[in-house]
Amino acid sequence: MCSSFRVFRVGISFVTMCIFYKSAANSLPELSPHEYFSTLQPGKASLAYFCQADSPSTSVFLEGLHEAVRPLQDYGISVAKVNCIKEETSRYCGKDKDLMKAYLFRGNILLREFPTDTLFDENAIVAHVLFALLFNEVKYITTPEDLQSAENALKGKANIVFSYVRAIGTPEHRAVMEAAFVYGTTCQFVLTTEIALLESIGSEEIEYAHLYFFHCKPVLDLTQECRRILMEQPLTTLNIDLFIKTMNAPLLTEVAEDPQHVSTVHFQLGLPLVFIVSQQATYEADKRTAEWVAWRLLGKAGVLLLLRDSLEANIPQHANVVFKRAEKGVPVEFLVLHDVDSIISHVENNVHIEEKQEDGEDDVEGPDIDIQDDEVAETVYRDRKRQLPLELTVELTEETFNATVMASDSLVLFYAGWQAVSMAFLQSYIDVAAKLKGTSTMLLTRINCADWTDVCTKQNVTEFPVVKMYKEGENPVSYAGMLGTEDLLKFIQLNRISYPVNITSIQEAEQYLHGELYKDLLSYSSVSVLGLFSPTMITAKEDFTEAGRALKGYVITGVYSGEDVLILSNKYAVTLPALLLARHKEGRIESIPLANTHAHDIVQLITDASLETFPEITVENLPSYLRLQKPLLMLFSDGSINPQHEKAVLTMVEQKHLDSLTPCWLNLKNTPVGRGILKAYFDTLPPLPLLVVVNLHSGGRVFAFPSDQAITEQNLFSWLKKLRSRIRNPISKCLLALMQHSSGVFVP
Amino acid sequence: MWGSPGLLLTLALHPALAVAPARDYCVLGAGPAGLQMAYFLQRAGRDYTVLERAPGPGSFFARYPRHRKLISINKRYTGRSNAEFNLRHDWNSLLSHDPRLLFKHYSAAYFPDAGDMQRYLGDFAGRLGLRVQYNTTVLHVALDKDRRAWNGHYFVLTDHKGRVYRCRVLLVATGLSVPNRVDFPGSEHLEGYESVSVDPEDFVGQNVLILGRGNAAFETAENILGVTNFIHMLSRSRVRLSWATHYVGDLRAINNGLLDTYQLKSLDGLLESDLTDLAILKDREGKFHVTLKFFVEEAGTNQSADAVTLPQDDSDNFAMRVAYDRVIRCLGWNFDFSIFNESLRLSSGSEFSRKYPLIRASYEAKGSRGLFVLGTASHSVDYRKSAGGFIHGFRYTVRAVHRLLEQRHHGVAWPATQHPITQLTSSVLRRVNEASGLYQMFGVLADVILVQENATAFEYLEEFPTQMLAQLESLTGRRARHGLFVVHMEYGRNFSGPEKDVFFYDRSVGHTEDAWQSNFLHPVIYYYRHLPTEQEVRFRPAQWPLPRPTAIHHIVEDFLTDWTAPVGHVLPLRRFLENCLGTDLRSFYAESCFLFALTRQKLPPFCRQGYLRKQGLASTESLRRHGVESGLMQDHAAAGQHLRDRGQQPGDRRPV
Repeated sequence: MCSSFRVFRVGISFVTMCIFYKSAANSLPELSPHEYFSTLQPGKASLAYFCQADSPSTSVFLEGLHEAVRPLQDYGISVAKVNCIKEETSRYCGKDKDLMKAYLFRGNILLREFPTDTLFDENAIVAHVLFALLFNEVKYITTPEDLQSAENALKGKANIVFSYVRAIGTPEHRAVMEAAFVYGTTCQFVLTTEIALLESIGSEEIEYAHLYFFHCKPVLDLTQECRRILMEQPLTTLNIDLFIKTMNAPLLTEVAEDPQHVSTVHFQLGLPLVFIVSQQATYEADKRTAEWVAWRLLGKAGVLLLLRDSLEANIPQHANVVFKRAEKGVPVEFLVLHDVDSIISHVENNVHIEEKQEDGEDDVEGPDIDIQDDEVAETVYRDRKRQLPLELTVELTEETFNATVMASDSLVLFYAGWQAVSMAFLQSYIDVAAKLKGTSTMLLTRINCADWTDVCTKQNVTEFPVVKMYKEGENPVSYAGMLGTEDLLKFIQLNRISYPVNITSIQEAEQYLHGELYKDLLSYSSVSVLGLFSPTMITAKEDFTEAGRALKGYVITGVYSGEDVLILSNKYAVTLPALLLARHKEGRIESIPLANTHAHDIVQLITDASLETFPEITVENLPSYLRLQKPLLMLFSDGSINPQHEKAVLTMVEQKHLDSLTPCWLNLKNTPVGRGILKAYFDTLPPLPLLVVVNLHSGGRVFAFPSDQAITEQNLFSWLKKLRSRIRNPISKCLLALMQHSSGVFVP
Repeated sequence: MWGSPGLLLTLALHPALAVAPARDYCVLGAGPAGLQMAYFLQRAGRDYTVLERAPGPGSFFARYPRHRKLISINKRYTGRSNAEFNLRHDWNSLLSHDPRLLFKHYSAAYFPDAGDMQRYLGDFAGRLGLRVQYNTTVLHVALDKDRRAWNGHYFVLTDHKGRVYRCRVLLVATGLSVPNRVDFPGSEHLEGYESVSVDPEDFVGQNVLILGRGNAAFETAENILGVTNFIHMLSRSRVRLSWATHYVGDLRAINNGLLDTYQLKSLDGLLESDLTDLAILKDREGKFHVTLKFFVEEAGTNQSADAVTLPQDDSDNFAMRVAYDRVIRCLGWNFDFSIFNESLRLSSGSEFSRKYPLIRASYEAKGSRGLFVLGTASHSVDYRKSAGGFIHGFRYTVRAVHRLLEQRHHGVAWPATQHPITQLTSSVLRRVNEASGLYQMFGVLADVILVQENATAFEYLEEFPTQMLAQLESLTGRRARHGLFVVHMEYGRNFSGPEKDVFFYDRSVGHTEDAWQSNFLHPVIYYYRHLPTEQEVRFRPAQWPLPRPTAIHHIVEDFLTDWTAPVGHVLPLRRFLENCLGTDLRSFYAESCFLFALTRQKLPPFCRQGYLRKQGLASTESLRRHGVESGLMQDHAAAGQHLRDRGQQPGDRRPV
C-alpha cells in the first residue's frame, strides 16, 4: 500500500510540473540578425538558429528547439530564432536554404556551429549545447589509455564520474551533461561512446549506458587503483544526482544516538541505513568491519557505526546490526547477522522486495515469474559450462546398447540432457567412474534418453534418472539407493559378490561372520547376515534367498545349510531356521530366529536390525531412522561426541528408558546443515552440545534440554519424565508449513 | 421363432451366410491406413483380415498422383537421433517397431516418387507378415443383427466372387476414390485429372482452362506451364496457401509455379466463380467457350453452340472470352458410398465435408456401431485443420482407434504409465519435446494426465482424441476423479487463414509473459478440476479445441521447437503445474531435504518421494558452490567457521 501511494503522489507532482512548464514556457523569440546581436551579453551563452525568412515556420528541428528553450534557460542559456531578411545580411545566414545552421555564442564569441541534423530533438539540443560549454569539465576520451591517464592524473586530487553513452545527443548523454553542469567543478567528468572502452573495465551489458564513480581522491599511492562503483539505476538526471550525492557523502559515520532518530544524507536520499553496533572493547575491529560493509553497500545504503556504550536507547542484547528502512515511520529492525555477506544480502533483499512490489502492481503474474527458485535447476544451469570428464563413462546409443550390456557387466545411467536432476546426478556418476577407474570389472555407461528415447522406453525407463545394473544371466536390477557418489559406489562394490553368498563349510561361515571373508567390503556394509537352515528347510531357505536378492547391493547376506549346521546353531544358541547378524564395528554377533517368515518380512527384519542404537545422524542415514516413526532424541555436537554424554544415553538405552524415542546425535563438523536446523529451532545458534527432542510425527514440536543442567542419566531421566507429562512447553513454535511460492495464469 | 423381416431378407440375400465364420476385425483396403491398422491388430494378436481389391498394397499410388511426385516431405536428416522426434518431420512412414521400415530408406528425394511409396507399402505388408487378402473386391456391405455380436450386429461383406465375410468390427480404409464431378451444361467436354494426359507435348501451344484449385489442379498446371500459351484456373473460392493456413492439404509451395507467373504479369491467371453457374460450349473448330448456364437454358437445347449468348456479348471485357483448347477438371475426390447398404446409415457429412462419411471424433460411424473409418476417409474430423487426412496424421489416429478397440472388446485399458508427482514436469517436457503424434495431429490428439488422489502421483495417457474427452473414462478404462491435464499443441488462434499474412513483423514472441500470444505451433496445457461433460465439450467457446479449463498454460513458442530452456520454458510450466495442484514441484538436494525433514511438518514431494525413501539427490562440491552463490542454498559450513571465530571472544557479537 505504502509504495503504491508513493507512486501515485509522484505522478501528481509530475503532472503539476508539466502544467507549470506549459504556461511558463517562453516562446522562441524571433529576431532579425541585428536585433539578435544587439541582445548578446558578455559571458552569457546563447544559441541561435539562423533561417531564411521564407522558410517554413514548422519543422522537426524547430519543434525540438521550442522544447529546448526552457531547459536551456535553466542553465542561463538563451535561445533565439534569427530570421535572415534580405536587407540585413549576416555571414551566419547561409546562402542555401537547406544549409541553415545553429550557432552557439558566449557573449559575441562563436563557440560552435551545429548542423541542424545533429540537433534532432530536445535532448540532443540540450546535450550538445552543454557538451560544448562544459568543454573543460567533461573530458571526451576514446581509448582505455586515455582513461588510465585521466585516472592517474586525478589520484589524490578529485573523483571521477565516468560514463559511457551509446551516442552523443541521447537522453542519457543529456542527463550526464546536466549532472556535469552541477558537479563539474567538484568531480572530473569523463565521457566515452566507445564500447571497447566500457568492455575494458569489465562491464558485461554494454547495450545500455553506464555510469561509474571512481573514488580517486582518497587514493594516495599511484600504484593503487581507484575504487569503481557502478550506478545500477538507469541514467536519468535525477538518478545521477542522487548517486553522486551518495558517493560524495562520508563513507562511515559514527553515531551514539537512537537509530530511530538518526538521519543522514543517505536517508534523505531515500536509502536505508545500516548501523553496525559496536562497543568499546571491539571498537577497532568493528570499525574495520563497518568500513568494509560501507564499501560494499556504497550507493545502496548508508552505513553507520553505533556506539553501544555511550547510548541510552535500548538495543536488544543480541543485536549486532540495526537496519533502518528508507520508508519513513517504519520501526527499525534489530538483527543478529554473523557475517558481512548476510548484512549485504539483507540490505539487497529488502531493497529488492520494495522494487518488486512496485512492479507487481501492474503485473498480475507476480514478480518472480522468471526468478529460478529450484536449487537443482539453478545450480545445474550455473554449472553448465564446466566440462565433465564424460569420457570416463561409455556413451551408449541405439546401435551399441544391446551389444554393450550383453558383452560385460554394465551399469547404465539413463538420463535426459534437459532434466536438471539427471544432470546433477550425472556429476556424481562421473565421480564414481573416476574413483573406480581401472579397478572395477563393472563397465560404467550412460545413455541420454533425450536422444535415444526408444531404447529407454524398451528398457522400461520412462522417468529420469534411473541406474540399472546389467549382469550376464541375470535380470537387470534398478538401483534404489541415494543418487550420490558414496552410495552408488557402495552398491557397485557390494555387487561384486553373489546374493546370498553360498557358504560351504563351518570354517568359511566363521570367517564370514568375523569379517575375514570379504574384508574389503566391510566398509560398505555395516552388518553381514548369515541364514542358517538345515538341508530339509527348503521353503525357508528359498524365502531367505529371495530376501538376500532383494538386499543385493545394500547388505551382505550369506546362507549355510550344510549337514553340520547344528554346530553353528548350538554355538550361537538359536533354533533353526535362524539368522546370524555380525556387527563388524562392534564385533558382535546376534542371532534371530526365523519361523515362517516371508521374504518381505526377512528384508524388513534385516533392514531394522542393521540400524544402530545410538547412531550419528547424517544426511544419508536420517531416512532410515525416521522410518521408525518415533520422536528423535538428538544431541547436537560441534565435533565428536563427549564420551560421557554417549555413555549416559547408552545406559538409558540399555535400561530401556528410551524405547519410545530414537536416540541419535549429530556432528556439526560432518553435517554442517545441522546449524541450519538449530537456527530454525532457536533463531540463533545456541551453545553446544545441546540435547533436544524432536517430535516430527505428532505436532512437530521441539524440546530443548535445559542448558544449565549437565547431560547425565539422572537429569535426562527426570527431564524425559517431565516431557512425557507435558509440563514443559515446546520452545519452538509449530514448525513451518509448506510455503506456497508459485504463480500461473488462471482463466477467469 | 420367426426372426425379424430384415434378418430374413439378409438371409435370403446371402445363402452362404450361415456357414461363413465370423472374424473379429475386417479391414477394407490395404492402403497406408489399412496396413497401419493391420499392424496394430497383428501386434495385439487379434483375429483380423485385410481385404484389398488390387493385387498389391497401396494401389492408389500406382496411378496417383498423376505426375508421380508426392508432396509429403521425406526429411531424412534432422540432426537428431531421437526416433520419436524424427517422426515429427517424417510424413511418409507408417508406425512400426522396425526401424528398417522408415520411408527414408526408400527414397532419397525430398518430395519422393509415388512408386517408392507403393514399394514401401509392399515391404511394410510383407516384412511384418500382415494378413492381406488381395484381389478381393468387396461389392456390398450389409448388417446382420445379432444380439450376441459385439456391437449387436455383424457386418456382412460380399466380394466379387460372391464370397461372404462376417465381421464383428469393420474398419473402412478405402480412402477417397471417386473423382468429384460438377454437373453443368457442357461438362461432358471436360477431361478429368484421373485420365488427362501427363505428357507436356500434348499441350504445346494450347490455351488451357483448369477447374479446381487444389494441389491436383496446380500439379497439373505445373506440368504444362512451360508449353501452353496460358493456363487459366477457375474455382469457387480463393486460393488457400498451406503456409498461411498451416494445413498441408492446401496449396503447397512446391506446386505454386502458376501463382508466381500470374503475379509476375505472365499470361496465366486465376479466376473465382461458382462452377455450377457455368456452361462450356464447343464450337465448330472444337474450341471451348465459357458461358453461363443461364444463357444455355435461355437458348434452349436445340440451338447450336454458336447461337448461345456468350458473356462477352454483353460485357466485352469478360475475362474468359478467349477460346480454350482444353478444359481439365481437378476437383478432388469423394468417398465411395456405393458399396454400403442403407442399413449401415453411412451417410455423408454436412455441406462442409460432403465428400466424407459422417463419423464421430472416435472415428466410429455415427450410423452404425462397430464401423470405424480410418485414413483419408476419416478426415472430416479435422478437415482443413490438422493432418488426419494424410499418412503423417492418420497413422496416429489409427493407433488411437486401435487403443479404443482394445479397451472396448478386450478389456485392455488405454496404455498409461504411472509416475510419482515429482516426475510431472519432466513427463510433460519429454512429450512436448519429442512426441510426434501431438505435433502432427495438433489440436486433435492430446496427452492426458490423470492426477491421482492427493496429487501424489499421476497416470500419463498418450494421444487421446481431444473431442472425446468427456467419454475418457469409458473409452480408456482409466479413472479421472482428481483432476486432469490435457497437453496438446496449437498455433496462435488468429494466425492461420488463407488471407493471413504469416510473415508479419513481430509474428513471434519470446517472453514468457507473452506466451499466450505465441503464433507458431507451441504446447498448451489445459487443467480441469473435473472431467468435462459432453455438453461442455459440445458447447465449448468458438475456435476453442477444448472446453474452458480451470487453468491454462502456453509454453512460449520456440524457434527450434526445443522447449527445454530452464527459465524460459521449464520454470513457468512448473509454476503452472504447482498452482493447479497446490503443491511444490521443485527438486531439492538431500541436504535441503534433511533440513526440511527436521524442521517442517510437510515436505515437498521431491523430498517425500525421493529423500525419505533413501533416494535423495546428493550434491557435488561444484553444485553446492553454485547453490550458495545463487542464494538458494545456505553455506552452513562457512557459517560454522564464523561461529567458531566468534567463540574465541566471549560476549563479542560483532559481525565478521
